[in-house]
Amino acid sequence: MGIVACRRCTKAQPLGTQTCPRCGHVLQSREPLSLQRVWAFWVLGLMCYIPANIYPMLKTRTLFKVEESTIIGGAVDIAHYGNYGIAAIILIASVVIPLGKFWAVAFLAISVKQRYKVTNHRRQILYEVVEYIGRWSMIDIFVVAILSALVQLKTLASINPGVASIFFALSVIFTMLSAQAFDSRLIWDAEAKDGGPARDER
Amino acid sequence: MKDVVSSELDVELDGLIVCPTCDATYRFEKPANGERAVCQRCHKVLIAPRRNAGLHIIAVALAVFFLIIGAAFFPFLTIDAAGNRNAVSILDAALAFSGGPMIFLSLATAALIIFVPLARVILTMYVLVPVVLDRPPARHAIRAFRLSEAMRPWSMAEIFAIGCAVALVKVADLAHVGFGPAFWMFGVLVVLVVAQDSFMCKWSVWNSLEHPKAKRS
Ligand SMILES: [Zn+2]
Ligand SMILES: [Zn+2]
Repeated sequence: MGIVACRRCTKAQPLGTQTCPRCGHVLQSREPLSLQRVWAFWVLGLMCYIPANIYPMLKTRTLFKVEESTIIGGAVDIAHYGNYGIAAIILIASVVIPLGKFWAVAFLAISVKQRYKVTNHRRQILYEVVEYIGRWSMIDIFVVAILSALVQLKTLASINPGVASIFFALSVIFTMLSAQAFDSRLIWDAEAKDGGPARDER
Repeated sequence: MKDVVSSELDVELDGLIVCPTCDATYRFEKPANGERAVCQRCHKVLIAPRRNAGLHIIAVALAVFFLIIGAAFFPFLTIDAAGNRNAVSILDAALAFSGGPMIFLSLATAALIIFVPLARVILTMYVLVPVVLDRPPARHAIRAFRLSEAMRPWSMAEIFAIGCAVALVKVADLAHVGFGPAFWMFGVLVVLVVAQDSFMCKWSVWNSLEHPKAKRS
């Protein structure tokens, strides 16, 4: 091919150039160990996600009782009070998005090695969605933070964060790192190898 | 890419632009202000110059800078129930996780909602002010811009804002909740942060750092 591109500033350099003269980014034709790093962070994320769902996320103390609720338990409670919208937001942000992200990253990482009947463009969109939406899982941590700071009403009521919050935050961070480690150029390599549609120039 | 013969490489390289997402290579042609150059293979926006973008970004960055500092310290939310009152700032909320390993979570939360957005704003101004004034780039401007771009996914002010809405609904039937000045500051802040990211054309910044005063319009 003869050239290597800078992923940060899009400038082309002769193959073998070590760092980009424009922005100083390290140049790699493809990130080495990209998939290994993806899987390492993926496993760490999943390992943190399990205790995040088992242990309590919030400890609510009111006048007569102390209540500990997990992520799913908390959402169910809210639904009982009739706030279906908020319950849905919490379930989507803390259950649907994380699980969907585990599936999507795994699918992308497998699909660059194995062949699937999913077009590259679809996979590219999937990757962009994962990168964009992954951060939003952090919302649950922020809710816990706000509630714990705000609801400190001496004897009347207090809310404190549970152990699960730390696991949940770690899980979100690890899955974000996993998605970032994925070199999206790998998606398009399979096609070039097959001699599919030629690389278009303009 | 296949068409380029290696002997022509040195001449050709400046005239090429490579999509960072899919590695497709294009002959470089600068779009006019307001137009966009989009990768035909993966549809990533490669270049999107705007008139006076630098000036807009700096103005927004300045506003964001003061809003973050204000929002961090002024009371943010107040709660009132049976005579018990509690007012918290955003910093209080970030530092709500205390005791043992929870400290880590406090630091992470504070970083994600206050320090990372603040650092990005400062770095952006540092990089862009000399460029807009037609001065040579500031020292280490390139490294500063790289750092700012690397921090982009970790700036979560807008997510915190939605988190507030969820938290408010959760406590609404428990107690009366009031909004402090910081709440409104934070609302404006979120809009500005999102707007700023859409103004910025990364390619234009890199280009102006590489060729100061050249190719500006
Ligand atoms: Zn570069
Ligand atoms: Zn592309």
